[in-house]
Amino acid sequence: MKPSEQIVQSRHSFLSEIVEASGETLQACYQCQKCSAGCPVAYAMDLLPNQVLRHIEYDHREKVLGSKTIWICASCYSCSVRCPNNIDIAKIMDTLRTRAIRSGITPGEKEIPLFHAVFLDTIKSKGRIHELSLILQLKSKTRDFLKDAGLGWKMFRKGKIKLFPSRFWSGKKVQDIFEDFEKRERT
Amino acid sequence: MKDLSYYPGCSLHGTAREYDDSIRAVSQLLNIQLHELEDWTCCGASSAHCTEEELAIDLAARNLAIAEKTHRPLLVPCVACYSRFKAAETALREHPEEVRFPYRGNVPIRYALDFFSDEPVLEEIKKRQVKPLSGLKIACYYGCLTVRPPKITGVREYENPQHMDRMMKLLGAEPLPWSYKTDCCGASLVMTRTDIVKKLTQRLLSMAKDAEADCIVTGCPMCHANLDTRQGELKKEAKEDDDLPVLYFTELIGLALGHKDVKKWLGRHITDPIKVLSKKGLM
Repeated sequence: MKPSEQIVQSRHSFLSEIVEASGETLQACYQCQKCSAGCPVAYAMDLLPNQVLRHIEYDHREKVLGSKTIWICASCYSCSVRCPNNIDIAKIMDTLRTRAIRSGITPGEKEIPLFHAVFLDTIKSKGRIHELSLILQLKSKTRDFLKDAGLGWKMFRKGKIKLFPSRFWSGKKVQDIFEDFEKRERT
Repeated sequence: MKDLSYYPGCSLHGTAREYDDSIRAVSQLLNIQLHELEDWTCCGASSAHCTEEELAIDLAARNLAIAEKTHRPLLVPCVACYSRFKAAETALREHPEEVRFPYRGNVPIRYALDFFSDEPVLEEIKKRQVKPLSGLKIACYYGCLTVRPPKITGVREYENPQHMDRMMKLLGAEPLPWSYKTDCCGASLVMTRTDIVKKLTQRLLSMAKDAEADCIVTGCPMCHANLDTRQGELKKEAKEDDDLPVLYFTELIGLALGHKDVKKWLGRHITDPIKVLSKKGLM
């Protein structure tokens, strides 16, 4: 029997949901805290990475999915490569973010999930990321129009800001990818 | 003449234009023919893998399927795109039933820094070098995804990588030992939690300065943007005093090979690298 099967008692627990979706045996964590010690953004988290793992084991679904931590994680994989039990913690964070979006639980960070949503919308509508469109879309949601305006102007003068998106014909193909995906999600 | 498919990715058509220009120019000098992937689309980074795993694989796989048709290896200059392609390659190898594109996993995917660090390419650079970058002290900054996770990147020295250091040494520069080679810059958090990115970049900049670097060198458009563009604010907030230019490794290869457009590429940086290079007698 695999350790994952041994320890997961209730098949409907939050723990078994995350273990199954991520494919990671997070019960192997013995709280050595190496992940948190090496995490460059731990200082801005409300739960340390090792605490996230323990809360999952305790089935604290709302606490984990409503945390700042899952959004603050920058996916740098320092935790994953240093875990003595080979738990890919960064991958678990991806799984948690996916679950958090679907859960209806208020996210611990407001703007980061919004950024990801706008980013995906931009890919869906344009096929490629046009940075200026992305920034303007994000600003229209956060209403913070002044942030980085000076820097933006400097970058524009250096020729780093492309005013119009590239023209190419595959935009529709990307919309199809999104629509297929959304259809699969519904069924 | 070596032929490669080339996937520039979205950043290289925008804020990282000088990376795109320099990689194309340097390739041409080295007799490497880049064929931009026809009709490429976004790989999904930075957001798809964070929020919709399956969608992330599809967005990457579409491009891999186009690349496979060309029967050429795929060169990827942006490390975020590279990481997404390699993740999709790995996932589809493990779950072939989830492949929704005509893709069989037969495209060698090469990250530009890795490719240009290959022995034969280095030999070619050495052969054509006209200007040794003597006296230039460099903090080689690899960032996260260049080396991690090693099961995807295949990099063995992921805590203390050496390939960019070797390349810089070959160009005649002096790569410095420092402890922040693979520390994170905060990447896409810059748009939403700029405070975090400023804290991380400030630490990287000050550690590189402590090592007495003249400049930082990178192969990642996001690391470059974060390190290059935030120095003005850090100065205003009195967290940093001097400038530390941040260059793409391809720009330095271009300089060593005597390419005529180097000044144009460097002119697009927010933190001016030309001053330092002139002081060293390299421009």
